[in-house]
Amino acid sequence: MSIVAEDRATGGPGGPGSPLLGLRGISKHFGAVRALNHVDLDVPAGQITALVGDNGAGKSTLIKTIAGIWAPTGGQITWDGAPVDIRTPKEADQLGIATVYQDLALCDNLDIVQNMFLGHEVLSHGLLDETEMELTAKQTLSDLSVTTVQSVRQLVGSLSGGQRQSVAVARAVMRDARLVILDEPTAALGVSQTAQVLDLIHTLGAKGIAVIVISHNLNDVFEVADRLAVLYLGRLVSSGPIAEYDRQRAVELITTGTSDGDPAPAGSATDTEG
Amino acid sequence: MALDEERSGPGAGILPTDIPGTASAEIDGDSVIDAAIARPELTNSLGEYVRALGKRVRSGESGVLPVLGGLILLVIVFQVQDSVFLSAGNLVNLLVQGSVFILLGMAEIWVLVLGEIDLSVGYSAGVGATIAAILSTTHGLPWYVAIAGGVLTCAVIGAVIGGIVIVFRLPSFIVSLAALLGLQGVLLYLINANGTGGTIRITDTVLSDLANGNMSVAAGWIVMIAGVVLFGGITFLRDRHRRLSGLVAPPLAVSLLKIAVMAAAGVALVLVCNTDRGALEPVQGVPYVVLIVVGVLAAWTFLLGRTRFGRYLYAIGSNAEAARRAGVSLGWNKLWAFVLTGATAGIAGVVYASRLGSISNNIDGGTLVLYAVASAVIGGASLFGGRGKPVYALLGGLVIATIYNGMGLLGLAAAYQYMVTALVLLAAVTIDSLARRGRSGA
Repeated sequence: MSIVAEDRATGGPGGPGSPLLGLRGISKHFGAVRALNHVDLDVPAGQITALVGDNGAGKSTLIKTIAGIWAPTGGQITWDGAPVDIRTPKEADQLGIATVYQDLALCDNLDIVQNMFLGHEVLSHGLLDETEMELTAKQTLSDLSVTTVQSVRQLVGSLSGGQRQSVAVARAVMRDARLVILDEPTAALGVSQTAQVLDLIHTLGAKGIAVIVISHNLNDVFEVADRLAVLYLGRLVSSGPIAEYDRQRAVELITTGTSDGDPAPAGSATDTEG
Repeated sequence: MALDEERSGPGAGILPTDIPGTASAEIDGDSVIDAAIARPELTNSLGEYVRALGKRVRSGESGVLPVLGGLILLVIVFQVQDSVFLSAGNLVNLLVQGSVFILLGMAEIWVLVLGEIDLSVGYSAGVGATIAAILSTTHGLPWYVAIAGGVLTCAVIGAVIGGIVIVFRLPSFIVSLAALLGLQGVLLYLINANGTGGTIRITDTVLSDLANGNMSVAAGWIVMIAGVVLFGGITFLRDRHRRLSGLVAPPLAVSLLKIAVMAAAGVALVLVCNTDRGALEPVQGVPYVVLIVVGVLAAWTFLLGRTRFGRYLYAIGSNAEAARRAGVSLGWNKLWAFVLTGATAGIAGVVYASRLGSISNNIDGGTLVLYAVASAVIGGASLFGGRGKPVYALLGGLVIATIYNGMGLLGLAAAYQYMVTALVLLAAVTIDSLARRGRSGA
C-alpha cells in the first residue's frame, strides 16, 4: 500500500495527525463492472482534496459511496480514525458529510433562506420561524464571505450560477458539515463566477472543513487544491500534496494512469490491483 | 451589508408585495456600503421600498398587479356600459355569484402548487352537496352534520385521487379525469336513489342562509373590525419584529399603509353590503358566504405561507428531487394537498347547493372545474407547479364573476360570456408568460 505510506510520509501542509475521512481498499462492483477497485484515500480536515480523472474513472461512484448513496462492495471507511458504515445519505448527513451535486438541488421558486433551510426548517410554536432562519442564513453567508447576493430574500431562480453554487454550499455548511463534497462546482460558470466559487472553497478549507472537489478543469484544481487524487479506470493511481504535481504529470496520470516523472515507486499503480 | 435589501413581509395580502424580491440589481456599490455602514435605516425608507417594488414588477415578479388591473378595467367598462353595475345590490350579487368559483379555485390551488391538477373538483363538489342535502333534507340531521358529511366525503374523494396518483405514479390529469366521469355517475345515482325526481331541495334554514342569508348590520361591522384588528395587528407585530431583529422588513410606513388598505377594503365591503338593496322590503347586511370565503382564504393562506407543510408543497412543485433529497416526504405531503383540494371543493359544493336552494342531477361539474382552474390561473397560479396562492383564486374568481355578471346585465348571451372569459384567460397567461420572459432575459 505504497500510496498510503507516501501520503502519511509527506502529510499535508497543515500536517494533521490522522485524516478526517479514510478510505481503505474501497471497491464497488456493478455486476461484472468494477467501478472502484481497492481505493485508498485520506482526506484531511482543513484541506482541499481535488479528485480528478477522465470520464468513467469512478469519481462519481467514489463520492456516492462516501455520501451513502451506494454501499461499497468491499473495503472500510474510517471517520475520525474510527471505522464507520455509511449506508444511507442520512447516515452521511449525521456524520457531517454534505454533498453538493452538480444540479445543486435548489428550488427556483423559493428564496435563499427557504432553500438553505429546506427540510430543516426552524419552527417556533409549530410555525416557520422566519426571523431565526433569516438571521442564521445571513450569518452563514457572511461567515463564508458570500457578499454578492443582494438579499437573502431573493428568489434562487434569479441568482447567477456562482451565487446558486454559493447557496448550495452554504446550505451544506450551515448544518455543521465537516466534509463537503463538491461535484463539478465550476462547470458551466464564467470566469468571475468561477473565481467566486474558488474563493468560497478556500474559505471552507480555512474554516477547518475538509473539502473534496471533483473537477475536470485543471486550472481550477491547481488554483484551489491542497492535495490531488487521480482516479484511472476505477483505481486510485496517485495521490498526494499538490506541490508534487505539475499540469503535465496530472494530465498523464489522468489519461494513462501512470507518469514518467512519478516520484512514487514504479509499482504504485499496480500495487493497488488485486 | 449588501444582504440588507428590501423585501416585503410574507402574506402581505392584497398588495403585490408578497413575492420575495428580486429587487434592485442595479444598486451601486457606494449606496450599498452607505446602507451597510452609515445608515442602516436607509433601505427601510418608504422611497427605497417603493423603488424596490417597482423593480420587482419590472423584473417579472408582478404578483397580483395584472389581475388587479384587469379587474379594475372590467369594472370600469361595465360601469360605463350600465350604471347598475356598481350598485350595492349588484355588487353583493356579484360576490355571491363569484363565491363558488373562488372556493373551487382555492381548492385547485393546492394541487396546482404541486404541479398537479384535479379535474374532478366540480363533480366532487356536486357529490359533497348531494351528501349534505341527503343528510339534511332526507334524513333530517342538523346542518352541521350535513356540512361535515359533505366536506368529509369530498376530502375522502381527494384522498383517493391523490392516493392513486402517488402510489401508482399516474398523471393526475388522467386520474382526476376518470374521477370526473365516475363522480358524475355517483352524483346521478345518489340523486336518483333519493327518489325526489332528480332534485334534492335544501330546506334547512341554516344551510339555505349560507349563500342567501345576511349578517345583521351591526354584526357585519363587528366582524369586519375584529378581522382588521386581528390581521392588522399580526401584520404590524410581525413587521416590527423583523425590523427590530435587523432583518429586511417593510418600513413602518408600509406596515401602516397595508393596515390602512386592509381597513379601507373592509369598510368599503361592509358599507356596500349594509346598504339597503331590497326592492320590496329592506335587504341589507354582509352575506354569510363572504365570511366563508374570507375564512377559507385566511386559513389556506396561513397554511400555505406559514407552516412547514406549505413550504414543502412549494418545494415539491418546483423541484421534487431537491425536496426529496432534503428529506421531505413527497407522498404524504402530496396526499394532504389532494385531501385539502377535496375538502375545499366540498365547501364550495355546500355553498353551491345553498345558493340554488337545491342540488340537481343537471349540475354542470365539467364547466365548474374549468372555471375553477381558470380562476386560479387568471389570478396568477402556474400550471407547472411551484407558484400559487389562495388570494390568486379570489381575484381570478372575481374576474370571472365580473364578466358573468356584467355581461348578464348588458343582456349579452351566454355565448359571449364564454368567449370573453376565454379571451381573459388567454390574456392572463400571456401577460404572465411575457413578464416572466422579460425577467429571464434581464
